[in-house]
Amino acid sequence: MADEHNMRRVTAIRNGTVIDHIPSGQSLKVLELLNIARDTSVPVSLVMNVPSKKMGSKDIVKVEDRELTQTELDRLALVAPDSSIAIIRAYTVAEKLEVNLGNEVRNVVQCTFSNCITQNLREPLAHRLRVTSTDPLTLRCHYCQRPQDLDELIHNLL
Amino acid sequence: MKGLITMDDLTNEDILSILDDASRLLPVARGETYLPLLEGKILGNLFFEPSTRTRMSFETAMKRLGGDVVNLGDVKTSSVVKGETLFDTIQMVDGYTDIIAMRHPRQGAARYAQDAARVPILNGGDGAGHHPTQTMLDLFTILQSHGTLEGLTVVLAGDLRYGRTVHSLSHALVRFGCKLILSSPDLLRMPPEIIADLREHGADVIETEDLLGNINDADVVYMTRIQKERFADEDEYTKVAGAYKLHARDVANVKAEMIIMHPLPRVDEIHPSVDSTRHARYFEQAFNGVVARMALLCRLLNIEVPAEIHGGEA
Repeated sequence: MADEHNMRRVTAIRNGTVIDHIPSGQSLKVLELLNIARDTSVPVSLVMNVPSKKMGSKDIVKVEDRELTQTELDRLALVAPDSSIAIIRAYTVAEKLEVNLGNEVRNVVQCTFSNCITQNLREPLAHRLRVTSTDPLTLRCHYCQRPQDLDELIHNLL
Repeated sequence: MKGLITMDDLTNEDILSILDDASRLLPVARGETYLPLLEGKILGNLFFEPSTRTRMSFETAMKRLGGDVVNLGDVKTSSVVKGETLFDTIQMVDGYTDIIAMRHPRQGAARYAQDAARVPILNGGDGAGHHPTQTMLDLFTILQSHGTLEGLTVVLAGDLRYGRTVHSLSHALVRFGCKLILSSPDLLRMPPEIIADLREHGADVIETEDLLGNINDADVVYMTRIQKERFADEDEYTKVAGAYKLHARDVANVKAEMIIMHPLPRVDEIHPSVDSTRHARYFEQAFNGVVARMALLCRLLNIEVPAEIHGGEA
């Protein structure tokens, strides 16, 4: 019931993507990660800090008229690895997707270590962070092997 | 194995078999016999920051085995100052050579170069990261003295934070079940992620600021240089560095077979009085750089080292 009520806080969308179960306060980072924050062409609704049975409290993001791809959604693993995603077509859930981090995050963020070879953005090879553990999430740069600070990492989106 | 970037690129069996090759190559390294195993092969020496021993020993190793060397030369006069990326530099040298030895001030540069290159890369130091070819010569020196790499007690002392030689060496030693005593000033402690990796391997690791209190139990004492520029003021440096010095009188009660090593150059960490003790191994260690690198060059170029090499024969 609580979840249904939350979903109604913002009008149901006709077509698009709903990202649910985002940890409270992380939805702005989700928008950053998905490059939605700067995209003014689609309506976006944001619900923050609403009660959740599963999480205590959570955020929800609804993006209208755009179906996010699996690759785009996989970026969410950095801030909202347990989020659930629904693709909406004609007001009904057409597809359910899950975030899948895989074992490497490629060309999403830049290593946070100031002396890593990848700090030179003119270097053309892919930025690669290896997933060394998923719970809790820990990442290491493929090149310099430094463990990454997740809070800092979010500022290093490419 | 494509290149050697960190010690994780080698299994324990690889390490022992390369060190076995190295011991057979000793007469070649000493110039007592000529064995042109690498004739027609070219090594690219890419040193983006200063190096004396590593660069020279790579060059000597290649030449003793009949191979040739091309050098990047002074970075200040190369295309690097014109803003060339490492990727582009590697593409060029990759086309000129059969194998590349490199040192770069940025961490991860060697792994990056390996991803960009067709030929094998030997990491001769990447920032404060790794220095695995140094580790191979260190292990060779330990094996020469103790006959084993297993279960030794090793004191690593000095700058454990920025010292890339001790980063690579510690990884290798714990894989052979060695006990590590990490002795450094608080400011220069081994990075926590390396300690975590070592403990994950089940390593017995002790961190301490005390050097002299721990050397009597040691089989190996590995000293490193504490750099003045790491400290905010000179007084602090003088106070700290003074606690990480060895004098001949300090080794009066150590184990008879204990060896003292240092990647060199040394400043004041090892007093010249230690040089004449039975424990000093740092000059042999520096020489072993040639033989260890000879064995590595052969392995990475898929050239088999003969089972028997006779010294003094042409």
